[in-house]
Amino acid sequence: MRHDFLDRYSRQKSSIHNLPTPIKLLASFLIIIGTVTLPHKSWIFFGGIGLFLVIIVILSKLPIRFLFRRIIMLEPFVLGVSILTLFQTDGIILFSSIAIKSTISLLTMLILSNTTPFENILSLLKKIDTPELIVTILALFYRYLFVLIDEAEKMQRARSSRTFKPSLKNIWNSRIQLISELFIRSTERAERIYSAMRARGWS
Amino acid sequence: MHIPDGFLDTKTAIATATISTVGISFAFRHLKKSITPQEVPLVGLAAAFVFVSQMLNFPIAAGTSGHFMGAGLLTVLLGPSAAIIVMSSVLVVQCFLFSDGGLTALGANIFNMAIAGSLVSYGVLKGIELINPNAKGKLIGTAVASWSATVVASILCAGELAWSNSVSWGAAFTAMANIHMIIGIAEGAIATIVLAGIWRARPEIIERAKSVSTIPPLGTKIIYILLIAIGIFLFFTPFISELPDGLEKVASTLGFDQNALSKPLIQSPFSEYQFSIFGSSALATISAGLIGLIIVYILSTILARMLISKIRS
Repeated sequence: MRHDFLDRYSRQKSSIHNLPTPIKLLASFLIIIGTVTLPHKSWIFFGGIGLFLVIIVILSKLPIRFLFRRIIMLEPFVLGVSILTLFQTDGIILFSSIAIKSTISLLTMLILSNTTPFENILSLLKKIDTPELIVTILALFYRYLFVLIDEAEKMQRARSSRTFKPSLKNIWNSRIQLISELFIRSTERAERIYSAMRARGWS
Repeated sequence: MHIPDGFLDTKTAIATATISTVGISFAFRHLKKSITPQEVPLVGLAAAFVFVSQMLNFPIAAGTSGHFMGAGLLTVLLGPSAAIIVMSSVLVVQCFLFSDGGLTALGANIFNMAIAGSLVSYGVLKGIELINPNAKGKLIGTAVASWSATVVASILCAGELAWSNSVSWGAAFTAMANIHMIIGIAEGAIATIVLAGIWRARPEIIERAKSVSTIPPLGTKIIYILLIAIGIFLFFTPFISELPDGLEKVASTLGFDQNALSKPLIQSPFSEYQFSIFGSSALATISAGLIGLIIVYILSTILARMLISKIRS
């Protein structure tokens, strides 16, 4: 039941949380697009944007440790690709520039997702005339994501309490079984959701 | 394989975003026409299912682990258009909530994993269905489709990184394609065993899934083929001729002597064959890919034979 790791702090109160969703989205997009399109080696801009983000973090009262841990968790993906840049002339500069750009963008997205509840983004999508079907699919996706994570965790707990010596083969087998069971449960749940939606007048 | 922010330059980001927007809008048009109200919750739940399956780690060795992608399996279960929409929603939510995959790279990630992943899977599935139009063919198709989707997505990813000048093609291609030829085997095996598991427990789900996966109309099909062609044209063909060059560059930065490359330590008949008969590196790459595909087809046939008896029992 610890599935709130996704956007745990998005429903708190602070001056940043209270900003209107469109402004937060637009600002984040501008920061990321700006950072990414800046030429490499524009260190002063990187520093400026970094400082701005730190001020936002302080204003939003997000726990620094949480953000730090999330960045550390996601950084291997960034570094893994960055290492490939080292195989060319000026590799070190390119490497550090790309790593900094990615980290700034990562931090921006983390701040956005932890200050903006997903349903606000959905209602914004609805307002700008996104097709009804897409909004419905995304809403169902987000709502049942947590339910399915719970279900998967339950199955995994049941499995590990019965497995004393997990070998590699054992783990693979149980994970594969878990995935197929998860799909079966998803389809069953989808049927029940459909009946419930119909019962409430959805068409 | 999720590209983070900062690796793609403006032209690549815009090009991939445009292709992806076109792809998604055609997939959406087809889905909207073919979907029954009953299937709407299924599509949402399928997206949640893919998201959760991607969170499960499969330990490999020495502390590393990989995860399941799911584009092949989804295409088998829901058809290409629904698979594109589901995979795109997963990527969008991963980008927003998980910061996995960058915002400016969203177009590229959607093109590689959702659009190319689903469409390549669909093409392979249909091709194998022609040779093997039975339950076993479906299992073989799932395995080969998942492998192809993984490999194609990784090659496109390498091409996009190279096109942005952030990574040299040689380094990106060798790192991505070689690793994903192996990862793809695991992906194919997982997808096929999962499909067999669903089939054995609830055969009606597979039967019902058939009704969701309607064949796209001709116009949509042409657009799909065009999109894949544009992707390959932009992100693969410009680099084919550079392949040996890139490899040498990797070797020289790693400190190998240039001469060492021209004189291989072991004269394998395979490398002779590649370079003497085909001459160009482009043909060598493609033929190596085809040989890989044949090996994967044989492996898939063995796996399907093992699984089919379990389904029938």
